[in-house]
Amino acid sequence: MKFGVIVFPGSNCDHDCYYVIKNVLKQEVEFIWFREERLEDFDAIILPGGFSYGDYLRPGAIASYSPIVKSLRRFSENGGLILGICNGFQILIEAGLLPGALLRNRSLKFICKKVYIRVENSKTPFTNLITHGRVLSLPIAHAHGCYYADSKTIEKLESEGLVVFRYCGSNGEITEESNPNGSWNNIAGIISRNGNVLGMMPHPERAAEDIMGSCDGILIFESMVNHHGKHKQKNTR
Amino acid sequence: MKAKIRITLKSGILDPEGKAIKNALHTLGYKEVDDVRQGKYIEIKLSSVSGRSIEDLLKEMCERVLSNPVMEDYSFEIEK
Repeated sequence: MKFGVIVFPGSNCDHDCYYVIKNVLKQEVEFIWFREERLEDFDAIILPGGFSYGDYLRPGAIASYSPIVKSLRRFSENGGLILGICNGFQILIEAGLLPGALLRNRSLKFICKKVYIRVENSKTPFTNLITHGRVLSLPIAHAHGCYYADSKTIEKLESEGLVVFRYCGSNGEITEESNPNGSWNNIAGIISRNGNVLGMMPHPERAAEDIMGSCDGILIFESMVNHHGKHKQKNTR
Repeated sequence: MKAKIRITLKSGILDPEGKAIKNALHTLGYKEVDDVRQGKYIEIKLSSVSGRSIEDLLKEMCERVLSNPVMEDYSFEIEK
């Protein structure tokens, strides 16, 4: 499986993603500069965390007008997998590939800590190796992660199972105290209706080996590889 | 021509920065302050627009780029 990691000016988790895919996941991976437009050779695209364009205007806003994002739209329509992490999630939202908005954290603080998230949908290309309801331990590092959408959109996300991750306590309990940033319904990650675009605020690439304190994040990358393998089999049959 | 654009969070959306400013004003003794909402101010210099109205052009810019319609409102004035 071939992954591409998009590099925007100001991305700073691009090398972490590259390292995990190449050395832990042991899959093919290439960096893609944001001015490029060709994505045909890739099976999955990662939009890494960071501060593209210094968060000017709104986090992710200016990056969402890059040439590569136009190609990303086509890539998603053709069923390619797209994973946006942190600033990558903000870019996907600004580009309209995922609904809603990410507001400033309720506390106004940049929060960098380990949190627990509960897997709410294990039937996605990104979570198919994780049992429903399992609690993952992953770090967050953001100032604008408070997920917001109008009540109609939230209702739709909830009723269609598009909320994939929710902030929770260590036993999976959904409480106000376990919500680090004020997100509606403790939402930490959502998926597109066609199921191939996932955006999440926590960083799975920062929890992919024992030495990082948690291996839970690698399950998301492994699920993508698993999905790709099955999909390929189906297509060649 | 100059356009002066104001962008603020929609009224229903919590504005934690505005709240922090309000608290600071209260700390300084300005008890009259009931609420604070803060936002962005953008000035754009424009050459003459042909084929469409300036208002129309600015509206498009505000909705496509300058504001995020999901969470923000905008208004503008044009100075000729």
